Amino acid sequence: MSDNHILKNLESGTRFDGRKLLEYRKIEIKFDVSVNAEGAARVILGDTEVLAGVKVEMGTPYPDIPEEGVLMVGAELLPMSNPDFESGPPSIHAIELARVVDRGIRESKCVDFKKLCITPNEKVWTVCLDLVPVNDDGDLLDAFGLAGLAALKTMKFPKVDGDKIDYHEKTSAGIELRNLPIPVTVCKIDKYFIVDPSNEEEPAIEARLTVTSLEDGSLCALQKGGDKPLTSEDISTMVDIAIEKGKELRRVFESATKHR
Amino acid sequence: MTSSKRLDGRGFEETREIEAKIGIVKRADGSAMFRMGKTVAYAAVYGPRDLYPKFLQNPEKGIMRCNYNMMPFSGQGERVRPGPSRRSREIGMVTEKALSSVVNLDEFKNAVVDVFIEFPQTDAGSRCTGICAAALALADAGITMKDLVAAVAVGKVGDRLAVDLSYEEEALKDPDTTDIPMAFVPSTGEIVLLQMDGIISKDELMEAIELGKNACKKLNEIQVAALKKKFEVDKNE
Repeated sequence: MSDNHILKNLESGTRFDGRKLLEYRKIEIKFDVSVNAEGAARVILGDTEVLAGVKVEMGTPYPDIPEEGVLMVGAELLPMSNPDFESGPPSIHAIELARVVDRGIRESKCVDFKKLCITPNEKVWTVCLDLVPVNDDGDLLDAFGLAGLAALKTMKFPKVDGDKIDYHEKTSAGIELRNLPIPVTVCKIDKYFIVDPSNEEEPAIEARLTVTSLEDGSLCALQKGGDKPLTSEDISTMVDIAIEKGKELRRVFESATKHR
Repeated sequence: MTSSKRLDGRGFEETREIEAKIGIVKRADGSAMFRMGKTVAYAAVYGPRDLYPKFLQNPEKGIMRCNYNMMPFSGQGERVRPGPSRRSREIGMVTEKALSSVVNLDEFKNAVVDVFIEFPQTDAGSRCTGICAAALALADAGITMKDLVAAVAVGKVGDRLAVDLSYEEEALKDPDTTDIPMAFVPSTGEIVLLQMDGIISKDELMEAIELGKNACKKLNEIQVAALKKKFEVDKNE
């Protein structure tokens, strides 16, 4: 689909798949991914499907924060999910996705890293959160954001036997999320703002802003992308949109994870 | 193990619970999910498509590439480090050989068919599960094939041969379990993958192959049923 065609649709106020400009596709959050992960979630956003999984390891703390555990967020753009993705070391696109999700979690302080400490100075939990797409039909970042939080929220630590982890036995202890940093990516095409771009819309995006917001409306992470600049008016509008949409996604997240 | 039942209560010729589903990756030209017990494989096929760099192209016949990858959170123990390992590359290669014997490579000269096999969850038998999924994904992509391929691991657990080993069985010690992954062309019974870890006599090996062949016939029925199901859905649309 040509950029022109997409623009014509936006002018009419309806996107080619029938959505309004600021409408997300149907979102589903499921937990049927992997019994081997300490926590895992599947997010289905229209035809986009992503998985997030948590594995934990025991390690030594960083010397400057000896009483805090470690969180690592990784993203791998599997060539299974998109004909343009290639095997090999993480692309810059994958690195950006992982870092923006990481930034939201870290800066929101939703995870109490002190609670990931086993023995100060000696032993801490390293929590590895890995994000992978199964099918990429656009807006991977917002899908990864939800999937990552869902995997963290439902994870259970394995049993520890001295220095060894018994991965076959889970305890009832998990990670308490004190906040929910929800990333929403607002995209600008010509003078229009849209959320949740499909794969066909993504090439037409001139600029995007990912805004990670918290329940009280404060912001904890930002990432501007795309080749075109944004004005401060643009930013103001985009942040408003992201906070509003963030509330919507938060409701979806809470109803999906309530009974877990 | 001399008892009449296996650790998980299965009979010695019984596979784990099998599930097959076609069309799980919309963007791919063909895709499938295949599950054997707690091992889940997703396979996606792209192609035939142009192959670059150009010197890799073969004017005589098409090229098929198979990529085997465990997702970082899929394993029983520690996180699986992302990216290829010696193990995953070897499995990709033997998968490629197993499937290329049924795929008509002459039909897409100069081009490539890429098969990506991904595991969200594993519990032994992943290469076999992956091959079953990949064969379905190739068929779903409309690649010309003379048959599907079905695969299973047969093993010697204690002093008994058993079909479709679980992780628990594979990990047994004293005596160590012998693990024999194998793949067949169901219509001819030809063997297109055979590997083994462990000790076994020739007689037992031949018996194991017969057990595997029979099990693969059943797996193949499930594969065919999944493909038919997809076909029927298409007809109603």
